[in-house]
Amino acid sequence: MIRTPLRPLARILKAREQGQDPACIEQENLRLRRQELRDTGRVRAEVRLLVLALIFLSGFVLLGARMGLLAATEPLELRVGMVENISGARADITDRNGRVLATNLATHALYAETRRMVDPERAAVELGRIFPEMDVARLAARFTDPDRRFVWVRTRLSPEQQQAVHDIGEPGLMFGPRKMRVYPNGRMAAHVLGGARFGEQGVRAAELLGVAGAELYFEDRLRDPARANQPLRLSLDLPIQATVTEVLSGGMTVLNARGASAVLMDAQTGEVLSLVSLPDFDPNDRPAPPTEGEPADSPLFNRAVQGYYELGSVMKAFAVAQALDEGEVTPDTTINTRGPLKWGRFEIEDFRDYGSEMSVTKVMVKSSNIGTARMMQEIGPDRQQAFLRRFGLLESAQIELSEAARARPLLPDPWSELSAMTISYGHGMTTSPVALAAGYASLVNGGRLVTPTLLRRDSVPEGAQVIHPGTSAQMRQILHRVVHEGTASFARIPGYPVGGKTGSADKPGPNGGYKEDAVLATFASVFPSHDPKYVLIVTLDEAVDTTGPEPRRTAGWTAVPMAAEITRRVAPLLGLRPVPLAEAESRLQADARAQ
Amino acid sequence: MRSLVYLVTALAVIGLATWAYRENHLTQQAMNTRASLEREIDRLEGEIAVQRVEWAYLNRPDRLRALVDVNFAALKLVPITAEHFGEIDEIAYPSAPARLQVGAGVEVFGALEQLSGTLESQDDEVQP
Repeated sequence: MIRTPLRPLARILKAREQGQDPACIEQENLRLRRQELRDTGRVRAEVRLLVLALIFLSGFVLLGARMGLLAATEPLELRVGMVENISGARADITDRNGRVLATNLATHALYAETRRMVDPERAAVELGRIFPEMDVARLAARFTDPDRRFVWVRTRLSPEQQQAVHDIGEPGLMFGPRKMRVYPNGRMAAHVLGGARFGEQGVRAAELLGVAGAELYFEDRLRDPARANQPLRLSLDLPIQATVTEVLSGGMTVLNARGASAVLMDAQTGEVLSLVSLPDFDPNDRPAPPTEGEPADSPLFNRAVQGYYELGSVMKAFAVAQALDEGEVTPDTTINTRGPLKWGRFEIEDFRDYGSEMSVTKVMVKSSNIGTARMMQEIGPDRQQAFLRRFGLLESAQIELSEAARARPLLPDPWSELSAMTISYGHGMTTSPVALAAGYASLVNGGRLVTPTLLRRDSVPEGAQVIHPGTSAQMRQILHRVVHEGTASFARIPGYPVGGKTGSADKPGPNGGYKEDAVLATFASVFPSHDPKYVLIVTLDEAVDTTGPEPRRTAGWTAVPMAAEITRRVAPLLGLRPVPLAEAESRLQADARAQ
Repeated sequence: MRSLVYLVTALAVIGLATWAYRENHLTQQAMNTRASLEREIDRLEGEIAVQRVEWAYLNRPDRLRALVDVNFAALKLVPITAEHFGEIDEIAYPSAPARLQVGAGVEVFGALEQLSGTLESQDDEVQP
């Protein structure tokens, strides 16, 4: 920077010539210089102030944002279980009244830090004494392996075992806190709960992951840290589940059945109060999936949800309901039931010869295959398909179990006229008991579609109208008459009028065709029949009643007595008031006539 | 004047430093308390969980049923069925409590009965 001189010679000489004071010029220049200095200083100070203000502003913004963030986020209370970014938290599962079905228990895992071990060989021998199933030589080899610093010994310890390990006195043996999943009711509702296993393991915690059933289906909900303290409330009712299991397992033994299942569902909301599949297992000690044999015979197989079977005559209810709903027939229309009904090379026959004609109600009461097949001839495969699709019977059942989506009904391809006729009496298409329960619920509850659910609901959105309320009233009356006049006479329970339909389907053999003397007996029932509150489906696999002179395999002798006993025991627990039969029947008639 | 300002500033700095030091320690103390409380909560939650599991285990339906069977002689519990319900009119209406017949009146007039022979003196006191 070139400084301007305070006394420029040219101006001073000029001023002297004119007789002026040259000091004035100096003063003037000095004033200008100061002014300039002041101006630049001011600008600099202003910039500094601005920068400072910006720093403060950003600081305050940062603090404010942090405060806002802290105030807005969910308070995270416990950090103890959260170390190493592995959360051992998992919400409890309870039944509809808050009884514990699954919860967590604190336990410890055992691991070894080999560098801290004093006498690894002795430790291995002592551990072998506490845990007889351990391979001592392998353990000792691992403890003394110079490349290993860390060995997992066991995932779970009981308090007694932990004390015993303490007593070894080996400083290298350490305990890692764990949460383990406990099912205090043992085998109860095993197929609904599924089971749990350890996921990623850390020293301070281990992940608890669901393996199957609701534990796997609700994995995200159960492991959500924000809702770890709120139990997941299922729609199951523990005492009712226990009663159904007791009756069913007793019946399975007496009738020598290979398996059995039961579904008890609220007919209005679709809440499943009880879902039993036998044989069952203990979810605390879940068996490994079978590697040989038929997977459907494994205790892990959930017959009520994964088991898609040809259910036989129980499906007649849908054929009759469609014929009634689409105005093809009334309950009193006469149907030609002269047998056998020939279709190409195929013949449809009845269990017995019921004469040459019957009313629609009688077709159901006597369970005539020819009768429903004739009705379906009029309706045709396309309309039948559309009708069954409305009930959700052509897709996987919508229930909150991880297995449900993997099992699908088997449908005929192509859906020919003959398929339509056989499906009308339950052959040629498979259905799972849980889907059947939802279908029956929709048939009798006034015709609104019911979606099965395992979650307790306080209110359920009303389902779509699938059949007219009038048809539903007619179906209630027909199902009631099946029990009180027809094939399901064992289901007459004093005080609780039951409506229902039996089904005895021949089981398909391994090489096509049907097996001899292997029957899947089903009873689909609703109670009370005049005002259906609950739907109960009971299936028995290869059950035989041997009390008579010759073995009886039809559902009327196997599944119906089981269902009757379940209803007799469960209805009072559900808070249903006994109703005289006459009152129920007059109500049924009034309902059917009102439409 | 200037030295006074310096003095005040220095004192203020010392004061603020002391305050910040104290706050720091209080915060750390609070954090420690919180950590120990968290451990305490965790421990108590673990104990509650054990109690809950034990309660559920002891009340599992299988065990209760076995207990009912074992103690049948004392408890006589059977599964509830339709026969255990009753209509309200099956219960007998309680009979009305016996009442004094007031309407018929009580006889207060009449000849004084001579129960024993020494009532002469009380004659005047008997009021109708």
